[in-house]
Amino acid sequence: MNKAKSAFSLDIREDGIGVVTIDVPGESMNTLKATFADEVADLMERVESSEALKGLVFISGKPSSFVAGADIRMISECETAADAESLARQGQALFDRLEALQIPVVAAIHGPALGGGLELALACHKRVVSDSPKTVLGLPEVQLGLLPGSGGTQRLPRLVGIQQGLTLMLTGKQLRPKQALKLGLVDEIVPQSILLEAAVKQALAGKPKARKPKLNLVGKVLEGPLSSVLYSKAREQAQKKAKGNYPAIDKIIDTVKHGMTKGMQAGLEYEARCFGELAMSPESYQLRNIFFATTEIKKETGASGTQPKKVKKAAVLGGGLMGGGIAHVTINKAKIPVRLKDINHEGIKNALAYHNKLLQPKLKRKIMRPTEVQKELLMLSGTLDYSGFKDADIVVEAVFEDLDLKQKMVSDVEANAASHTIFATNTSSLPITKIAAKAARPDQVIGLHYFSPVEKMPLAEIITHPGTSDGTIATTVEFAKKQGKTPIVVKDGAGFYVNRILAPYMNEAARLLLAGEPIETLDKTLVQFGFPVGPVTLLDEVGIDVAAKVAPILADELGARFRAPDAFSKLLDDGRKGRKSKKGFYRYDAKASGKQVDKSVYELFGISPANKLPADEIAERCVLPMLNEAAWCLQEEIIRSPRDGDIGAIFGIGFPPFRGGPFRYMDSLGIAHVVERLEHFAKTEGDRFKPCALLLDMASEGRSFYPKG
Amino acid sequence: MVRPLQQQGIIMSASGQSLRTPKGDRIAIVAGLRTPFAKQATFFHGVPALDMGAMVVQDLIQKTGLDPDLVEQLVFGQVVQMPEAPNIAREIVLATSLPVKTDAYSVSRACATSFQSAVNVAESMLAGTIEIGIAGGADSSSVLPIGVSKTLARALVDLNKARTLGQRLAILKRLRFRHLMPVPPAVAEYSTGLSMGQTAEQMAKSHGISREDQDKLAHRSHQLAHQAWEQGLLTDEVMTAHVPPFKAYLERDNNIRENSELAGYAKLRPVFDRRHGTVTAANATPLTDGAAAILMMTESRAKALGYQPLGYIRSYAFSAIDVMEDMLMGPSYATPLALDRAGMKLSDLDLIDMHEAFAAQTLANVKMFASQKFAEEKLNRTEAIGEIDESKFNVLGGSIAYGHPFAATGARMLTQTLRELQRRGGGTALTTACAAGGLGAAVILETE
Repeated sequence: MNKAKSAFSLDIREDGIGVVTIDVPGESMNTLKATFADEVADLMERVESSEALKGLVFISGKPSSFVAGADIRMISECETAADAESLARQGQALFDRLEALQIPVVAAIHGPALGGGLELALACHKRVVSDSPKTVLGLPEVQLGLLPGSGGTQRLPRLVGIQQGLTLMLTGKQLRPKQALKLGLVDEIVPQSILLEAAVKQALAGKPKARKPKLNLVGKVLEGPLSSVLYSKAREQAQKKAKGNYPAIDKIIDTVKHGMTKGMQAGLEYEARCFGELAMSPESYQLRNIFFATTEIKKETGASGTQPKKVKKAAVLGGGLMGGGIAHVTINKAKIPVRLKDINHEGIKNALAYHNKLLQPKLKRKIMRPTEVQKELLMLSGTLDYSGFKDADIVVEAVFEDLDLKQKMVSDVEANAASHTIFATNTSSLPITKIAAKAARPDQVIGLHYFSPVEKMPLAEIITHPGTSDGTIATTVEFAKKQGKTPIVVKDGAGFYVNRILAPYMNEAARLLLAGEPIETLDKTLVQFGFPVGPVTLLDEVGIDVAAKVAPILADELGARFRAPDAFSKLLDDGRKGRKSKKGFYRYDAKASGKQVDKSVYELFGISPANKLPADEIAERCVLPMLNEAAWCLQEEIIRSPRDGDIGAIFGIGFPPFRGGPFRYMDSLGIAHVVERLEHFAKTEGDRFKPCALLLDMASEGRSFYPKG
Repeated sequence: MVRPLQQQGIIMSASGQSLRTPKGDRIAIVAGLRTPFAKQATFFHGVPALDMGAMVVQDLIQKTGLDPDLVEQLVFGQVVQMPEAPNIAREIVLATSLPVKTDAYSVSRACATSFQSAVNVAESMLAGTIEIGIAGGADSSSVLPIGVSKTLARALVDLNKARTLGQRLAILKRLRFRHLMPVPPAVAEYSTGLSMGQTAEQMAKSHGISREDQDKLAHRSHQLAHQAWEQGLLTDEVMTAHVPPFKAYLERDNNIRENSELAGYAKLRPVFDRRHGTVTAANATPLTDGAAAILMMTESRAKALGYQPLGYIRSYAFSAIDVMEDMLMGPSYATPLALDRAGMKLSDLDLIDMHEAFAAQTLANVKMFASQKFAEEKLNRTEAIGEIDESKFNVLGGSIAYGHPFAATGARMLTQTLRELQRRGGGTALTTACAAGGLGAAVILETE
């Protein structure tokens, strides 16, 4: 067997500077792997033994990445916390050795330097970055339920200060070069063309003196005598959203605190230990699964063996909130111009105003130049007729939820656009099969369901009807990806996947409300469970009128378990549509400070609210129907795999990521347990809780959705 | 009628013009679009000419479903220059979906600027250099390059060169308060010191154009333009303009009087000669903001791409005369040249569209068209150009009603006239304009 090409190569220049080029063979991005340990040890020995060497520069051999992080699969291969801890110790030791070199060591960074990549750069004595927009720096481990395990928790706060260091590690935020320079994270920004030469110059200039973080007076006090306040504030703020569901947060704060009070060595030991513990935590396990799943989905075309066609121009029908949002992501993310048709100029104006509103912050934060903003504004052009549709490769329809109207849109587009134009409908409730029923080219009709607000929600549900062609699927999937969405491909059926599993959950919350559980209790309980907002808030946001319209459709198509409690008509008669009508379950009037329940809603139903059920039962009652319905969807092949079902629920509804999605969650609870609880509630609450056949079979056969292990 | 003769190989007169590409193609105007024209400091207040130009070019591309990669050249113009972006054409390419490889340059020919940009694109096609191009122009009377006094400008340059504090102080000492006042762009012609209005006054007096006739023409212009909008004739050639922060939009030109009444015009006082004058604000064009563009292709390329051209450029001519007197008589000099080059007579034309800078200037030109004396003395021709048939003349109104963003007017006229020609079942038409500096432009168009 040939010796594999090495990832690290050392080249000693005439001026005495050694240049280490990192170039992991066969990968488009550099990631650090444990298997490099020997190779790097060899390299370090050569460096340490070389007398002629005056300095060292680390640079990437990849065109657009420095080091994107450590290979996460290493962690999955660890069987115990001790394994993971020793993995961290290994990385720490290597970086310690690097930092201890007598000669100056400089990192020359172009492209992402994330996670282990930034930790490597932090162990260097200086950092020079390119001014390219591709260059970003950050420690995103927290997003995987981990902490930076190769000295990052120790070196970062020592370089940029505790406050900034904590913010970076707790949010996983990525810094652009200018921001990094401002924080003192990097020493110099140069054009990419002279990156290596600038780094060499820095290396020749010698080792810098140890310097303290740039802090203002408040910073000095907070990071000095008042540091305990700083830590507790940071904890409080981070947990406000996390609700104690993400152990990495506390561990990061603890580790920084430990190291800053007891010294670097103690800090590193603590870091490695915490890393080991976190690596074994169920939360990190689930978050890593999500990472792998989304990475997989990014690589898929949605129709195996079929390649997508290039979309050069898109059209959008309807300039409402959805249409405006879809146009915005098409232009801003996918960089594809949009022709927007509405029935009046008011609609076009609103879409433009929305697009502009989303661009302005990017201008203010200098992420975009004024000319770039102008260009992206121009990329959205409006029309009242179908002019400019002839060369549209895809038309996304976002008009009223009305079948006749949508069928007319299909025939209009078929008459006015090209013969290859895809008709993608952003319906949330109408069957795609019916929308395509009268189409001359039904193979080009597909569902493309976005979630509101489009620019924020990461999921796109792509719905096929039996006649949708593979080419249409692949092109639509690619289009959604370009818009920055994670697409899942699902089969046509009432509610598709996301709304179908959401409905029974919302219905159950409504039943609990009608049974007298206070609104705040319901919302708080499910937020504590890990949802971003509670079910009642969600109902207000989505619109009670929308829910009222969808509920009977689902019940008709899918059966009695979808029957909603009879409450909507009373609410709507009272003028309560939710936030949009400024009247719903919560108060939206100017006088209400903060979030206040509109107590008059109880009178409407003649309820006097009182908390009767324990929190875990409330959560269980709401979540179990969702889990059961997700299983129904898999059973009926609405979704292609548990993986798609998990990603759909997490990205579409905000299903608690640390629980891994409905299927991962059921696996962790045990299918038998899920069935048992469903059967229990079926007895006490009604048939709607009856577990689906798939769950029953799986329970009796002792199977799980994902391979065990 | 004449085209088939040409095709048979009949030799044209010496001054004849054959607007054929080396491949034998005619120069097609495939589509045209403009922004609504807005009176100074109204809807487009704060929107520079460049932004309006980019807006109209982008919408033209989007509306026609043109693959922007096919556009080889963009020629654009503006009259009131924007110092920060002197090459407006290139900036438009960079601001729109046009690819960076689209070549672009800017032209200026005062009020006939976009006739010039259209001819430039045509000439590139005639030379066989390109097959697809966009021409147009944009002007803002609301975003103006307000400058500094010459003394201050000179001092600023000197300050930049000065090295010592003493030198700097000496330079500053030269300045007086009045030197610090901002200087708006000049109203008067550089060479004559006369304003355009004064020239119009002179022409009214020299050629006996009455106040009443001027007012009548203005009234007619507004009535016809309003009718054109009401009948929906302009909807397809005027885009609805949306500008940041997108609180309002403009669908129609906002200068056109909806209820124009002749009596109303008589009430205004003359502006340029208060005692003996006849030129008023109502019988002259107002300062206007707007942009217009046309998409041009060689005939075969247009058809290969599936476009049905609006029409073709049959001939064109530019003329130049003295600036001290009758400076705005350009149409009467350029038109006979263009007619000769087309091998046509005025009476052959189905439509005549003349830029209305001032009612006085327009009527003076109409008079000269018919004048035997003018033909003999000024044009050295035995016959007058011809009597203009009112039923063919400015049938949708003119610049007095629409307004006149200097560099956009030519492109407006080309599109508007061709589309009207189409509605009338085809034929030939003349578009002609006067321009500052004694310049004149005439373009003869034909349909399929």
